[in-house]
Amino acid sequence: MKRDAKRAEQVLRRLLRSKDRMDAASHEEWPVRRLARVSGVSEAHFARSFKDAFGVPPHRYLLTRRIERAKALLRDTDLSITEIAFQTGWGSLGTFGRTFRDVTGESPSELRRRQKAAQHALERVPHCFVSAAHRPDLKTAVSEKRRRDSGAIDTPEETEVP
Amino acid sequence: MSQGVEVAGLYVRDQDEALEFYVDKLGFRVHTDARNGDYRWLTVQHPDQPSFQLGLFTPQAPLVDAATAQGLREAVAKGAMPPLVLVVDDCRAAYDELRARGVDFTQEPIDRYGNVDASFRDPSGNGWKMLQARRS
Repeated sequence: MKRDAKRAEQVLRRLLRSKDRMDAASHEEWPVRRLARVSGVSEAHFARSFKDAFGVPPHRYLLTRRIERAKALLRDTDLSITEIAFQTGWGSLGTFGRTFRDVTGESPSELRRRQKAAQHALERVPHCFVSAAHRPDLKTAVSEKRRRDSGAIDTPEETEVP
Repeated sequence: MSQGVEVAGLYVRDQDEALEFYVDKLGFRVHTDARNGDYRWLTVQHPDQPSFQLGLFTPQAPLVDAATAQGLREAVAKGAMPPLVLVVDDCRAAYDELRARGVDFTQEPIDRYGNVDASFRDPSGNGWKMLQARRS
């Protein structure tokens, strides 16, 4: 096998470590510097390499994991929405509620009501896979989605949330 | 039992490395290690499961073309291959033991409704869920 191909493969394997670390602790802060260190990739190249590998920028990926976790906690626990916001890594309840609605199309309390009413027959599937299947498939930045929903026509530079 | 699944395979980036991982770290045994030129048919077995073999294969020509092989290798490195589940009697004990042997855990043991599970990856990037199922 060519040396370049081998190297590309090794970089991907190291980028996977960053993804795994975010999966394991999505409530923590993951600045690019920290992620780049986990993967042994330069800070300058990290975000681009991650997006090339996994199709989403690192912080959008983190956001989907936080929303996924929040959805699971809303469904499976009786924790208050404030408690869930803080447990899943948001600094404020307002940001959590707004982002949650932007991503899922409903508020945390609406989702909780709907989920509790529905009966799920998923007990035979290992929990983590069920959870991953419900991960929001976020193809655009939340800021972009917000802008489109509000009907704005200007398209400034994409900013990552959070 | 005479009918059923006998071999299911994983793609790995390096068969020597995979053999060392599955045998020395996870405690599997080699079932078949046969070479024919560049091709190596390598399967391992869980010691409690004599009727099943886990194949450790590399994506390689001529079984697939070179570009496809590279795509598959990258998919493995990105952790994009399907889930694998290893059932154990005691997840926390197995976690301590495997971690001491250098297994790369991506999730510590977590209790979920009576089940306990942890996650690890093989050196290639294949993800395993290690599951201690609730006694029913």
